Amino acid sequence: MKGKWLATVIAGLLALGLGVTARSQEPMKVGFVYVGPVGDYGWTYAHDQGRKSLEKALPGVKTTYVESVAEGADAERVITELARTGHKVIFTTSYGYMDTTIKVAEQFSNVVFLHCSGYKRRENVGTYFGRMYQASYLSGLVAGKMTRKNLIGYVAPIPIPEVIRITNAFALGARETNPQVKVHVVWTNAWYDPATETEAANGLLDIGADVIATQSDSPAPVQAAEKRGAYGVGYNSDASKFAPKGHLVSAVWDWGPYYVETIKAVKAGTWKSEDVWWPIGTGIVGLAPYGPAVPSSVKTLVEKRKEDLIQGRFDVFWGPIKDQSGKIRIARGQKATDEELLQMNWFVEGIVGTIPK
Amino acid sequence: MTLSLSLEKRLEPTPWVPLLPALSVALALPAGGVVLAIAGTNPWEAYKEMALGAFGSLYGLSETVVKAIPLLLAGLGVALAFRMLFWNIGAEGQLHLGALGATWVALNAPDLPAPLLQPLMILAAFFAGAAWGLIPATLKVYAGLNEIITTLMMNYIAILWMDFLVYGPWKDPHGFGFPFTAPFPPAARLLKLPGSRIHLGLALGLAAAGLLAVLLWRTRVGYEIRIIGLNPRAARYAGMNIPKVTLLVLALSGGLAGLAGLSEVAGIQGRLKHGLSPGYGYTAIIVAWLARLNPWAVVGVSVLLGGLLVGGDMLQIAMGLPVTMTYILQGLILFFVLGMEVLSGYRLILRRRGSSRAKT
Repeated sequence: MKGKWLATVIAGLLALGLGVTARSQEPMKVGFVYVGPVGDYGWTYAHDQGRKSLEKALPGVKTTYVESVAEGADAERVITELARTGHKVIFTTSYGYMDTTIKVAEQFSNVVFLHCSGYKRRENVGTYFGRMYQASYLSGLVAGKMTRKNLIGYVAPIPIPEVIRITNAFALGARETNPQVKVHVVWTNAWYDPATETEAANGLLDIGADVIATQSDSPAPVQAAEKRGAYGVGYNSDASKFAPKGHLVSAVWDWGPYYVETIKAVKAGTWKSEDVWWPIGTGIVGLAPYGPAVPSSVKTLVEKRKEDLIQGRFDVFWGPIKDQSGKIRIARGQKATDEELLQMNWFVEGIVGTIPK
Repeated sequence: MTLSLSLEKRLEPTPWVPLLPALSVALALPAGGVVLAIAGTNPWEAYKEMALGAFGSLYGLSETVVKAIPLLLAGLGVALAFRMLFWNIGAEGQLHLGALGATWVALNAPDLPAPLLQPLMILAAFFAGAAWGLIPATLKVYAGLNEIITTLMMNYIAILWMDFLVYGPWKDPHGFGFPFTAPFPPAARLLKLPGSRIHLGLALGLAAAGLLAVLLWRTRVGYEIRIIGLNPRAARYAGMNIPKVTLLVLALSGGLAGLAGLSEVAGIQGRLKHGLSPGYGYTAIIVAWLARLNPWAVVGVSVLLGGLLVGGDMLQIAMGLPVTMTYILQGLILFFVLGMEVLSGYRLILRRRGSSRAKT
């Protein structure tokens, strides 16, 4: 490594001597830290698709990714390693990287860090997310219409506000099209654990659910539903190829435009630390193509609701909204504030299941 | 005429035993090289990047040591229990209990000065881990329950208990509902080597290795542990109190794993949170075996394994390889090490069987 340093110094001096023109030709290195494998066909896969479209859109950008990075002590090493190896922008794409991102950022003030789904910022750390609850609500509308037994099974990863909020949105959608429906939630306590996700889905099918929705990182629950002839609602990425018959719809991410815009801003020197929470109208969240089982009347209804969301004529968490005990949490005519959404720790009426307290 | 291979038990272990781990690594590298070459990578470059990443700079070296600390502490605990044929698979749970003990002290006595607070946290971590280790030991000694099952199952209980606390009573009130405790006060953060993440846990680990070596080879109880491990029946005939030694060993074993939990939570993370350990307690079992249950060898093996894990990052960052390639290389090394293990107790016999078969 010492030799390498020396070589870098010499190369640097030479470059100075030969004129600085070469410097601007050098590609900008951008790093991505993933919590799961890029082949999870869900959360991480969606981020990696975004990374690829960033590389395609901006030829002067070279990307690196590190996958399956545990959220504990390993994350700090990996993020530091990326900063040390000349990456100018680093996206850390799991909530558990929050403290670590801030900590590393304190040591690398010339590197821009962007943490997905957290709330801590500093001058070189921004946060970003999309209003996925909007897309999830839309997928809930479909699920509510399609269940015959009025019982939807929902596989949820880790009980944090983000997951609770998106689960609630799904249930609100399902109960809007079918007030009889119950959404039965099972926690897997991991972001990516296809074996447990499958088990959870099978358990939900055993108690009579005929639609399985998921918020976990893999499409395993949708696959499990397909195997037993039930419907599946995907999350993160389009799950249709894992359930060609039973796939109804998936609430999906499209990170590409955000990544491109952010890197452009950093390059232009206009980037500022902020909290980005793009709504559905930007396309950062949306719906994958509907499955063959979804009738066109349902599609029309969902598209209309989507248009309402985009135009701001309606939002998901508009009162009156009751919690599981029947208490009004959001009053009639009120809209939940972002603050309330970010701290949501209660389930809406119609959800069966508990949040660990 | 055909050749056949067979294994024959050795009467005495081969004198080559100390070299076997090195030999197995030497065999694993070319095997991994073939896989790398198939993946279209220059194996030489890949290994160079790995070695440079883990050992080629002060930073890499320090990170390797950071990774080694929990492996060292938990590995020592596992090695001690395995010495007397107590199959403690529960280091992961004992580690979590240690973290709980340390966190409990840090959250409840935040105003104590560091010289008072940290020894208390260390003691709490040790005793919490020891208590968790004593449960399966007691069940084995007094009820004959198989410790492989009990120690393993108690891991899940420990992890769920920790989750219960960080999702519930211990949740940071200012944490937006995220599953972690409030940050520890600065006095509860273990002393660090300036400019690195190496913390006091390293000193604890090295001291523990020295103490274990003294215990095993310089004390009466250490002698008993070794005899029980070599031949439990002979130990019983000699009048050794196996139940007492079992309880003592498991208290120490669990306590050491508990210190690994302390080192992660107070040395690295600074708060207790969901997903504390990526399986250090299980990797510790591999560490103990590779070190042939020798405390000093545990030190070396933890650093090597730490280096393997840290260097694996560079395969992704510098070579653009998927993480599965790291898993394959790590798996190959372990495969060869465990394969070589067979050769220490057995030898390979090459026989010609063709002629004899023709006769019958």
